[in-house]
Amino acid sequence: MLREITLGQYYPVDSLLHRLDPRTKLFGTLVYIVTLFFADHVLAYAAAGVFLVLAIRLSHVPVKFMVRGLKAIVFLLLISVSFNLFLTPGTPIFQIGFLKMTWEGLVIAVSMAVRLVLLVLGSTLLTLTTTPNQLTDGLERSLGFLRKIKVPVHEVAMMMSIALRFIPILIEETDKIMKAQMARGADFESGGLIKKAKAMVPLLVPLFISAFRRATDLAMAMEARCYRGGEGRTKMKPLRYERRDRLTYLFYLAYLVFSLFVKIAL
Amino acid sequence: MGIIKTVNLIFDYIRHDDETNTDEINHALRDVSLEIEEGSFVAILGHNGSGKSTFAKLMNGILLPTEGTVFVSGMNTNDENLLWDVRKTAGMVFQNPDNQIIGNVVEEDVGFGPENIGVPTEEIWERVDRSLKEVGMTAYRLQSPNKLSGGQKQRVAIAGVMAMRPRCIVLDEPTAMLDPNGRKEVIRTVRELNKQEGITVLLITHYMEEVIDADRVVVMDDGRVVMDGTPKAVFSQVEELKKYRLDVPQVTELAYELKKAGMPLPDGILTIGDLTDSLAAIL
Repeated sequence: MLREITLGQYYPVDSLLHRLDPRTKLFGTLVYIVTLFFADHVLAYAAAGVFLVLAIRLSHVPVKFMVRGLKAIVFLLLISVSFNLFLTPGTPIFQIGFLKMTWEGLVIAVSMAVRLVLLVLGSTLLTLTTTPNQLTDGLERSLGFLRKIKVPVHEVAMMMSIALRFIPILIEETDKIMKAQMARGADFESGGLIKKAKAMVPLLVPLFISAFRRATDLAMAMEARCYRGGEGRTKMKPLRYERRDRLTYLFYLAYLVFSLFVKIAL
Repeated sequence: MGIIKTVNLIFDYIRHDDETNTDEINHALRDVSLEIEEGSFVAILGHNGSGKSTFAKLMNGILLPTEGTVFVSGMNTNDENLLWDVRKTAGMVFQNPDNQIIGNVVEEDVGFGPENIGVPTEEIWERVDRSLKEVGMTAYRLQSPNKLSGGQKQRVAIAGVMAMRPRCIVLDEPTAMLDPNGRKEVIRTVRELNKQEGITVLLITHYMEEVIDADRVVVMDDGRVVMDGTPKAVFSQVEELKKYRLDVPQVTELAYELKKAGMPLPDGILTIGDLTDSLAAIL
């Protein structure tokens, strides 16, 4: 069950989206998220939807693979939808006991759900088409100006990339520990939320210990390979904007202008 | 002078209590003096706790000696200014294949070392191409390391070290977590690097089968070098090896038992071929 989380996993195929500069993709994701947050009109959502569908088509990542990633947020989605449905004051559609469903609630719930789904799909697409190393490079270059105010940009970027690399490994490990404990009679399935949470404690302890051990090993391996921070480091894949990146930026601009137009004019 | 030379090497693990007073001293190495010839394949054998892993980590400055010195191609590992040159000269491969791969794509991981030492971009690509070819992993260059088998991951790790163009590779039990096939795969790769590229190999292991082809076998016990010689010479002393809680290869053991039972066999039989030849000569 844990293996199904696709967030933070690279999908290795060759496509236009894979070849784009990571900075272009990062900026695109940012534009996309920002427009999603101020969207309040059907047209704005439609534009974001078109943007996403286009990106998915260009990425050559199977849609099935992306939708699987949504399973992880089903629970969150259900909570936010039902809260919005029943707790928004306004004209009632129907009422069962104290539960009152309103038109206003329905509108907010639907737009919230659409927003969340688009958000998750969009950011999943970024990590599916960009290797963590590229992502790190992109962030490091885009945020390089922060170094002037003593933000350790390279270090943070490196930490992020390592965290992403170890997600699948730690998930596998969690699976293994779970199975080992289930084999000895541990119960992760039954009981209420609190009981389930309590059952997780004996899972987390070995997981943390192993994560620390891995961290020590990795630090040693990195040092053995002469890693000493960002100073004096060259790049195997240096970032260079190509024509396709410039065209993509133009496309972003058009999208942004359209979204702003919808926001202001409609 | 050999590529690696240790002089009266001593290493203690010191545990401190809360007030930074010394609590417990664990002598991992007690006076090890070894010299390793450039281009040779040296295996270091030893039971758990014999100090062999500590010895490996001292070879490229991950640990620094408590007393004594380590010279890597003439450079003292204690000299902070030379630390990165030492690490460039003596690469290291560790036990757990997952915990030493940094990149999410095979080729990016192989390029990590050259990036760190400031190699220009074009040359990084050349080195990555060549290293992947040397370990036979070119076909997997765009794969995620998570999808590889243990033996393949270890080969990627070896390529990562090779891309830094070291003169010596130290492998700290690289096969301990692998299945028999992966083990063979890794050892074959290492041997080829030694034969074809002339890389000095220092293989730390406790699998006897892996050391048969080494030029030299060093046996460690309780922080000391207790045996040192060709595989033939070392494995002919079956009794002594058993004293250090080490097994001998199955064939050697069989030959040893046959000899004890009265068969006139020579000492130090290492391969099935050797044994059948000797037996045929007698019968």
